[in-house]
Amino acid sequence: MTGEQVLRPVPGVDMALHRARIEEAERRMRRSGWRRHLPQRWHLVLLPLSIIMVLPFVWMVLTSFMTDTEINRIPPAIWPHHLNMGGYKLVLASSDFPYWFLNSLIVSGAAVLAQLILCSLAGYAFARIQFRGSTVMLILLLATALIPFQLTVIPTFVIFHDIGLINTLGALIVPQLTSALGIYLMYSFFQSFPRELEEAGRIDGCSRLQVFWKIVLPLARPALAALGIITFIYAWNDLFWPLIAITSSRTFTVQVGLTTFQGEHVTHWSQVMAGTVLTTVPVLLVFLIGQRRFVQAITGAIKG
Amino acid sequence: MATTLDEATIAREANRRMRRSNNITGWAFAGPSVFIVLGLSFIPMIWAAYLSLTDSNLLSSGHFIGFANYAALAKDPMLRQAFTNTLLLAVMYLPVGLAAGLGVAILLNRKIRLIGFYRTCFLVPFVASAAAEGLLFGFIFDPDFGIVNAGLQAVGLPRQGFLQDPSEALAVLAIVYFWTQFGFNIVIYLAALQDIPEEVLEAASIDGAGRWAKFWHVTVPTVRPVTIFLLVWGLIDVFQFFDLVYTTTRGGPLNSTLTLVYYIWELAFNFFTAGYGAAVAYVLFFTSLIVTVAALAYGRRRRITL
Repeated sequence: MTGEQVLRPVPGVDMALHRARIEEAERRMRRSGWRRHLPQRWHLVLLPLSIIMVLPFVWMVLTSFMTDTEINRIPPAIWPHHLNMGGYKLVLASSDFPYWFLNSLIVSGAAVLAQLILCSLAGYAFARIQFRGSTVMLILLLATALIPFQLTVIPTFVIFHDIGLINTLGALIVPQLTSALGIYLMYSFFQSFPRELEEAGRIDGCSRLQVFWKIVLPLARPALAALGIITFIYAWNDLFWPLIAITSSRTFTVQVGLTTFQGEHVTHWSQVMAGTVLTTVPVLLVFLIGQRRFVQAITGAIKG
Repeated sequence: MATTLDEATIAREANRRMRRSNNITGWAFAGPSVFIVLGLSFIPMIWAAYLSLTDSNLLSSGHFIGFANYAALAKDPMLRQAFTNTLLLAVMYLPVGLAAGLGVAILLNRKIRLIGFYRTCFLVPFVASAAAEGLLFGFIFDPDFGIVNAGLQAVGLPRQGFLQDPSEALAVLAIVYFWTQFGFNIVIYLAALQDIPEEVLEAASIDGAGRWAKFWHVTVPTVRPVTIFLLVWGLIDVFQFFDLVYTTTRGGPLNSTLTLVYYIWELAFNFFTAGYGAAVAYVLFFTSLIVTVAALAYGRRRRITL
């Protein structure tokens, strides 16, 4: 029962808002009985859409367990007849895939470790320590975000070639030791971080480095987790630079190695799909474990 | 003199020492990062400018030839093709990518069950590597063995060439690209939508605004800064389109999927015309810089007039 006559006006209360709220509550209550158990209609859009998004990956996994005859049949088989490990055997036993996988782990691991240390040190310095040139340096660092890698890649190749880094994992690790984005991420985290704790540490006679190591870093764990996840995903997925910097098969990363599975004439799709599955699993694991931090980081970097 | 230390001198001395120690720790903390990031961006950037004025073949520095590379690229039909293809990708992907991203973000912006599950599904293609996804879609759209053609045939439609058909390949890549970037747009829009205070929408309903009116007059203007950000981001990203091309079509068939970065890579590391490649890279750099600045300026103007 609603109606204007039921609601007596109360001084100081916005009656229109009040009435709208009551109507809204009643509308919600009307959705009762058996209808309450029906899925909300949004799911009718969202569920099929989200399934379409992951369907290609399902197809990837299914194909990786098929035989080449099942794949090359017209129309192709939808479900593998039995779990055929042929593709995986080809990948793991007859290619350098194990090397590629290890190389990718080394490069990504080194990148994560280095960025956690260097980006947090730099971000902390820019957020907390007033040193000569800090403002200019911060602006210059952020300006590098506007320089596309495609512009710098040719001279970078020449420099790395001259110092003998080309065709080594070092060539892949050095450009990933730190990053403007990582520094910015840590910088904005430390800016919103309470100063009081550090000051207490300083009064107790700790040096800057001790304060940073013992007080600041442990409390910065959420930001460090986000930085680590982003760095890992980026380093693991990179194709452009490893493709240029590495020429011998045993030094390839997984992404570069994968592209060599494409045959000139015949492509063994079960092998390619097994390779893509093995390449995608680590990055998906990291994403699934750290999804919340990952989302916070990409949305935070934009809002901040 | 030393015995008449008044308070001001002591303070000044302490201040000086503090500033010095700040300079030392500051640079010790930030120095390595600053050195690496600036060293790996500004030095190669200047070097690339010089290279673009030479006929370098990547491993020898070559001769200084003035602006000959730039004169040549103005008449390069391949570069024009790469430019057109890149722009076409942007035109095909960006409007749909942003609109669909906002649409799904609105659907997700309520208290519903399974929201975590949905977000995961939408983000997975964004997180997996473009190389793996390129290979996967090369298979899915394979004219002979691909599931898409099998599906078309099953419902009685003609089979398509997809990535092997010059008139279809770029559109297929735009679809795949949409699939990989969609989740990112959703997540960014969702974060922006969650910042709209509920009172604003409530007030709009009280003023008699329907669902569409609320969408056009409250939601769209509020997320406009985010839209501009996503537009700039998307443009920069499309301008760097490489991985999907390399793992599917390698620029073919008939250069129909040749993109700017793929062309630069080919020039420098396949044909060893590094000087010319550097000149093309500079064209790419200035184009994306102008687009970025223009979009940001537009965004700023719009926000003021709003």
